[in-house]
Amino acid sequence: MYQVLKEVGLDLERANQIAGFHTNNKQKIGVPFAAVFLINFLDVCYQEKELNQRLKRLYPAVNEQETPLPRSWSPKDKFSYIGLSQNNLRVHYKGHGKTPKDAASVRATHPIPAACGVYYFEVKIISKGRDGYMGIGLSAQGVNMNRLPGWDKHSYGYHGDDGHSFCSSGTGQPYGPTFTTGDVIGCCVNLINNTCFYTKNGHSLGIAFTDLPPNLYPTVGLQTPGEVVDANFGQHPFVFDIEDYMREWRTKIQAQIDRFPIGEREGEWQAMIQKMVASYLVHHSYCATAEAFAKSTDQAVHEELASIKNRQKIQKLVLSGRMGEAIETTQQLYPSLLERNQDLLFMLKVRQFIEMVNGTDSEVRCLGGRSPKSQDSYPGSPRLFNSPVHKASSSQTYQTEQNNAEVEMELDHFSNGVSESSSNGFLNGSSTHGIDLEECDGDMVDSAQSKRQLCGGSQAAIERMIQFGRELQSMSEHLRRERGKNSANKKMLKDAFSLLAYSDPWSSPVGYQLDSIQREPVCSTLNSAILETHNLPKQPPLALSVGQAAQCLSLMARTGSGSCAFASVDDYLH
Amino acid sequence: SFKCLVEEVTATSRHYVDRLFDPDPQNVLQGVIDMKNAVIGNNRQKANLIVLGAVPRLLYLLQQSSSSLELRTECAVVLGSLAMGTENNIKSLVDCHIIPALLQGLLCSDLIFIEACLRCLRTVFISPVTPVQLLYTDPTVIPHLMSLLSRSQHTQEYITQIFAHCCKTPEHQTVLFNHGAIQNIAPLLISPSFKVRMQALKCFSVLAYENAQVSMTLVNVLVDGEQLSQVFVRMMQRDKPIEMQLTAAKCLTYMCRAGAIRTDDNCIVLKTLPCLVRMCSKERLLEERVEGAETLAYLMEPDIELQRIASVTDHLVSMLADYFKYPKTSVLDHDLKHAHELRQAAFKLYASLGSNDEDIRKKITETENMMDRIVSGLSESSIKVRLAAVRCLHSLSRSVQQLRTSFHDHAVWKPLMKLLQNAPDEVLVMASSTLCNLLLEFSPSKEPILESGVIELLCSLTQSDSPALRVNGIWALMNMAFQADQKVKVEIVRALGTEQLFRLLSDPDTNVLMKTLGLLRNLLSTRPHIDQVMSSHGKQIMQAVTLILEGEHSIEVKEQTLCILANIADGNTAKELIMTNDDMLQKIKYYMGHSNVKLQLAATFCISNLIWNEEDGSQERQDKLRDMGFVDILHKLTQASDPNLCDRAKTAMQQYLA
Repeated sequence: MYQVLKEVGLDLERANQIAGFHTNNKQKIGVPFAAVFLINFLDVCYQEKELNQRLKRLYPAVNEQETPLPRSWSPKDKFSYIGLSQNNLRVHYKGHGKTPKDAASVRATHPIPAACGVYYFEVKIISKGRDGYMGIGLSAQGVNMNRLPGWDKHSYGYHGDDGHSFCSSGTGQPYGPTFTTGDVIGCCVNLINNTCFYTKNGHSLGIAFTDLPPNLYPTVGLQTPGEVVDANFGQHPFVFDIEDYMREWRTKIQAQIDRFPIGEREGEWQAMIQKMVASYLVHHSYCATAEAFAKSTDQAVHEELASIKNRQKIQKLVLSGRMGEAIETTQQLYPSLLERNQDLLFMLKVRQFIEMVNGTDSEVRCLGGRSPKSQDSYPGSPRLFNSPVHKASSSQTYQTEQNNAEVEMELDHFSNGVSESSSNGFLNGSSTHGIDLEECDGDMVDSAQSKRQLCGGSQAAIERMIQFGRELQSMSEHLRRERGKNSANKKMLKDAFSLLAYSDPWSSPVGYQLDSIQREPVCSTLNSAILETHNLPKQPPLALSVGQAAQCLSLMARTGSGSCAFASVDDYLH
Repeated sequence: SFKCLVEEVTATSRHYVDRLFDPDPQNVLQGVIDMKNAVIGNNRQKANLIVLGAVPRLLYLLQQSSSSLELRTECAVVLGSLAMGTENNIKSLVDCHIIPALLQGLLCSDLIFIEACLRCLRTVFISPVTPVQLLYTDPTVIPHLMSLLSRSQHTQEYITQIFAHCCKTPEHQTVLFNHGAIQNIAPLLISPSFKVRMQALKCFSVLAYENAQVSMTLVNVLVDGEQLSQVFVRMMQRDKPIEMQLTAAKCLTYMCRAGAIRTDDNCIVLKTLPCLVRMCSKERLLEERVEGAETLAYLMEPDIELQRIASVTDHLVSMLADYFKYPKTSVLDHDLKHAHELRQAAFKLYASLGSNDEDIRKKITETENMMDRIVSGLSESSIKVRLAAVRCLHSLSRSVQQLRTSFHDHAVWKPLMKLLQNAPDEVLVMASSTLCNLLLEFSPSKEPILESGVIELLCSLTQSDSPALRVNGIWALMNMAFQADQKVKVEIVRALGTEQLFRLLSDPDTNVLMKTLGLLRNLLSTRPHIDQVMSSHGKQIMQAVTLILEGEHSIEVKEQTLCILANIADGNTAKELIMTNDDMLQKIKYYMGHSNVKLQLAATFCISNLIWNEEDGSQERQDKLRDMGFVDILHKLTQASDPNLCDRAKTAMQQYLA
């Protein structure tokens, strides 16, 4: 079964959930029934996979952790005259249907997230029942469900019997054609201009509502016996070409950004952009490029060339896993830096420990019988260019309080959220030792097997590593005595030591620490600390503004500005 | 001081021209280059140089094979620059035979020079003052242009732009088609250059327009493995430039109207139609709204299903009402032109929308001030608007309900009558056709129209050279005569004149003949009218009936004629015209035994009327007809399989039994 599921692409947890539902049923299931069940079950799996793919494609800007998308009708948010079936997608009426007082509605499980930009769902009329008094639309949470959508405040609907639209009112306005059995009615919410239009069998009927409030739920209402409707929240292809409509709005938003008026300040903009580029190059120590760029754009560089080169040297050491040398060089070049910043030193040493386990740190490489390379021979890694953007995931960087518009930004971790996608190319090389391989001498390349051995396989190196671990332990205790508890430090050390609990640390649950990509946040933190001592910004303005743009977009999503859907920062970075 | 300035400019211009005659070729080249820099964006300088005779000299230099390629190219560039000026510049260039000179230049092998010539040709050909025929005078030109399409993106852009502007008639379409336009241009639809894609697309829209051959070929063309219709669909995506969306929609519309794509094809129903409706939105430019509405009107004209879909798409009916909100009065000529264009486009689209479906017509007439707008449209200064307004009115006049209500309330017949007095044929056809509907018996406008003295006007229409006008004239008279007073009938016969009436009975157009017979039938109804008309025109009418029954005519025509005969047989005195005409009786007998039931039925009617019991002399007539063998035939017909015919024969037989 799981084999099949894997092909379907369903995650196991969800599969268990569905299978669990089955076993709870405590029924003896005959073979034919089981076969039917299996077919239905696989159908659901495929449908779910298709749904997830479609939703991801339609609404890439939505963060479903924060704002889940509607996927079905809510069994908890409906009037009692409504019955649900077929995975809560089919709605039927089960009341008396004698008067409008018998009307009943159901809302979707979640409101429409603003970050959709444009949201769309369709409802197929399976049967118009006795009178076809069906309403399709939107309503806010808490609106009376013993009504058809559109009759109350914060409720909007298009009714099948007369084709009228109801905008928070008991009396409708002539809007479109009537609809009945077999018709597919679509409802599109534009969260950029807060309007809504409907479609009938794939044809747009024009704007029905304007000035819609935020956080509306897809809603349907029925009123007479026999009425049955099916929802499509993305489980199936839509009849109306919603993606074409979305393309139009994406183009509109992007044109707005491109044509953002800068008025008389064109010259200022150019100078500012040049400054940003130059400071970015300097920050990441691309000396030659920075120099050439500064020269051609007639700018001054605010840091000594020697200083840039020093930082470049240290960064290369960190990124190639030679932490011991990196720490030593830092202490040489910036004598008081690590002394004053014990937490940073601790972090560097923990990383050194990890590199020892990895067999890459210079100290263990010596013991492993291989001479450490001279510093000059480190090839400049082309990946350096990417590296500063990558950051370890960190805690929530951004807080908004409800009554207080003030925004706090933890600049250190600004790029959280930006980094993930841009790191794709980097992660593609599946070997955790990518960098080493590239930089190693020929003999190392041949013996790939040895790379998987603790500390490079040398007994002396292992002893050194254990000794170093003890030193680290005592440094940790010392720090705690001096400066009080530090949970971050504690966790860091615990995670690092955990590596030793496994026979093959690389494939262990904590093995990610050995990945060379984990060197990058360390490198970036050290670089920032050095720059700070020179009174230079910890982060280059370019990265800062990229991070700010990303934060701005997620803030827009939270405050209901739909245009954030069509202005992904990534679109502009590539 | 102004005069002084002009003289100064002229002096420098003269200097430029003089340098073209320098004996040193190097100086000539430098002179042309300086001239090029001097004329860019300077219309006065361009005009001066033309007046001073620079053009013939430049053309001479361009054509001389002794000139260096560089010089020839620079000459083409300067000429191209001169063409960018005013329409007068273009006229002067064309008068100097620039076109054959540049076309000759295309035979050179140098690409840069070819591109310069093409660029200039393009500028000249896209001007409205250049006769497009000049492209087709030399039959070797089109094939050569086709062969140049592969040379560069620039040649592609200029050549397709020339084709798109110079393909104005079915003959042009055929010439281009026969020289492989489709195969040569189709790959350009996926060119990396937007301009090339756009011009190629425009080419297809002008090639496919009302051309079944081109359209049928287009549907089978593959571009990079994809069907052409799908390429057009992609070009209609909503993120594409509006110009591209609109032109692609035109291509598909023309292919559909030419019968190459079904009207229920998804690419029409779900793509082309919605795209054209979007073009009518307020957000679009005025020209786009006009073209969008006109194209949409053309697309759905013959198809009720498309009309129904369009009528509910994006509030199209009320969206069109905005077309009338552009200022009607303005000091600016182009504003006025836009206002006219918008209104006529809206009328056309309303006409198309309402041509079949009663609910849509109702929706249109209920649109704000719609009837008032049509009424005022009928008397607008622009003939285009008048024509479109009357088309719209005509479309709505097909509704019984509207004829009874809104048409009467707004007295639309008044401006319509005015329009009929003095209008070009196009307008007359529509207006008279509308009048036909207004003269239907249930139309409350019929009375006032009759009183306004319309008969003379309609009679004059029956003498028109245009068959459509003759049909409408006689049709209106037919409707007018239906259940009319004796006075009206007499007036119709008098005004039309028997001569004209009989001329119409031998009209080459079957429609005219049918409506004329219809008129006769309406004139010959109710006994006193029959007798009166037959007493004064009996001889000619009987002659005409004989002629038609003997002639080569359709079943419908003969049936109508036999019906007239049946009406005559219903008269008191008129009967005798048949009874005394044995030849006619033989004809009736013949048709009673005809293989067509309709004709048998009409002939039996006629006999039935002749032998009707309660009338004077019925006994004699019955006897005579029995002697002629009619009873036997009637008896046989009582066994007919057609129930109507059988009933009719039985009723007739009963006359003998009583």
